[in-house]
Amino acid sequence: MIRKESIRDIYGKELVKLAKNNSNIIVLDADLSTSTKTNYFEEEIPNRFFEMGIAEANMVSVAAGLSLNGFIPFVNTFSVFLTGRAYDQIRQGIAVPKLNVKLIGSSCGLSDFADGATHQSIEDIAIMRALPNMVVLVPVDSYELVKILYFSINYNGPVYIRLTRSLVPIITDENDPFSLGKMNVIAEGDDISIFACGVMVEKALESSNLLLRENISMKVINVSTIKPIDPNEVKKHITKKKYVITAEEHSIIGGLGSAILEALEDEPIILRRIGVNDIFGQSASNYDELMNFYNLSAKKIVNCARNFFQK
Amino acid sequence: MLNSNIIDYLDSKSKEVRLGILDTIGIDKRGHIGGSLSVADIITALYFYKANHDPKNPKKPDRDRIIMSKGHSVLAQYAALAISGYFSKSELKKAKELGALLQGHPEIRTPGIEANTGSLGQGLSIGVGFALAGKIKNLKYKVYVITGDGELAEGQIWEAVTTATFYKLDNLTIIVDHNKLQAIGPIKERYDLGNLKEKFKAFGCEVLEINGHDFKEIIQALDFPNSIYAKPRVIIADTIKGKGIKIAENNAQFHCNSLNKEEYEVAKKDILSY
Repeated sequence: MIRKESIRDIYGKELVKLAKNNSNIIVLDADLSTSTKTNYFEEEIPNRFFEMGIAEANMVSVAAGLSLNGFIPFVNTFSVFLTGRAYDQIRQGIAVPKLNVKLIGSSCGLSDFADGATHQSIEDIAIMRALPNMVVLVPVDSYELVKILYFSINYNGPVYIRLTRSLVPIITDENDPFSLGKMNVIAEGDDISIFACGVMVEKALESSNLLLRENISMKVINVSTIKPIDPNEVKKHITKKKYVITAEEHSIIGGLGSAILEALEDEPIILRRIGVNDIFGQSASNYDELMNFYNLSAKKIVNCARNFFQK
Repeated sequence: MLNSNIIDYLDSKSKEVRLGILDTIGIDKRGHIGGSLSVADIITALYFYKANHDPKNPKKPDRDRIIMSKGHSVLAQYAALAISGYFSKSELKKAKELGALLQGHPEIRTPGIEANTGSLGQGLSIGVGFALAGKIKNLKYKVYVITGDGELAEGQIWEAVTTATFYKLDNLTIIVDHNKLQAIGPIKERYDLGNLKEKFKAFGCEVLEINGHDFKEIIQALDFPNSIYAKPRVIIADTIKGKGIKIAENNAQFHCNSLNKEEYEVAKKDILSY
């Protein structure tokens, strides 16, 4: 079995490393630092860590003020609260003036499986993607996360980074560079292209192996930049058969699937979106149980792929 | 320090600011007249008496920061910035036109504007960020945030005040333009916000109450050293919405309204004889 890592844990530790070399990095958290893992930062660099209380709207606007005075604020809370509770603050105070604020949405998707619909973000990508000036990133593993963090502190503008609470395997190569908007092929294939992000990349990879037994060849593309998306970057991964699947731990409305569909609007393709089917989440006793319930599984991808060939 | 020359100077500057507001609104164009006029004297005192700022170097690190959280009243700030020389006075007449330097609400594209505000309740939090940044960097600048009184209905204001007191931001001054009218009517009737002074005190602020059209009182309040308390300071400025233009005074209809040619001429005379 492949070793799995806590991406949020690596985030917390990496942020400390980056901040030791960059005195402009400052961290804000809204009473969730032991979950978002900014507690490492608080321990190591307490004078640049600010507890903002359970007041997300204020936290985001304060970050705007810090950014306007030369700091690079990292704003941390669960993705559902960051993009929901503080949406207007992000829009008005950060996205419109294109401020250099990094918004870290933790416990994304269904990964906070026990806490139910209130704590599960299925529309955060859609919300952030609709904002002009916003960059939306979903690291697939710790290698990519580290590169994304490095990118984000060298990029002057707002960035939303979606982080899962679950453990994730290493998918990418440590030497693969991260380049904004570039997609990387995780497995080659000729019949179908599957564009996936986050935890769904692993499931896409698993399904492509299963499909090989049925002589169906599926190319797996990891999409860590959800915005901006270059249509040509998407098109170059389309197979001759023009079968496309998208897979995300997010609503089928407005997320990766929508972004890929928009990018291919002038292409004669057949596209199927796999995601949370326009319903809210709920509590479950474990993450896999919840993911399977919402059809976010390799099995679902395999069935979807087979359907292209069953006329 | 406080002599009649300063008061006379500020009186004449406030007249210029009000004429600038009128210039910006123009004839038959809707604009936020009422709140811009109620805050005009406070803005005048900040830009022409109190604040350390330099129109030739709008981003100088030690400048005092002035944030109009009640963003719709930015017309007063635009006038003060134009008079100070941040941009040409001719920009005032072009405000809110397509591609204009001066937008309907404050944006950092305009020289001298520190933050995008206008979605009410957010400017104070941004100002808290400014004050916090000053503390971290050990810079001595002051932050002045102007809020409306109607704006204090926004819950985020009180989140921001909590941060300001918790982090002992004594470099922050919150000025409440207490004109007692929100867009639709009197605050007391529409949505009573209770005793503002007691509210701010309960949150841990140092509170001063002044007449927001009396330069002697404005100056005294601004000069009051709040650092001795290690607390943010709140100045509740009792003002008259529409102050300086008679038909607009205490008239909620002039929260955002237009002036026809005749009204415009009368308004100009009102300001000149103010």
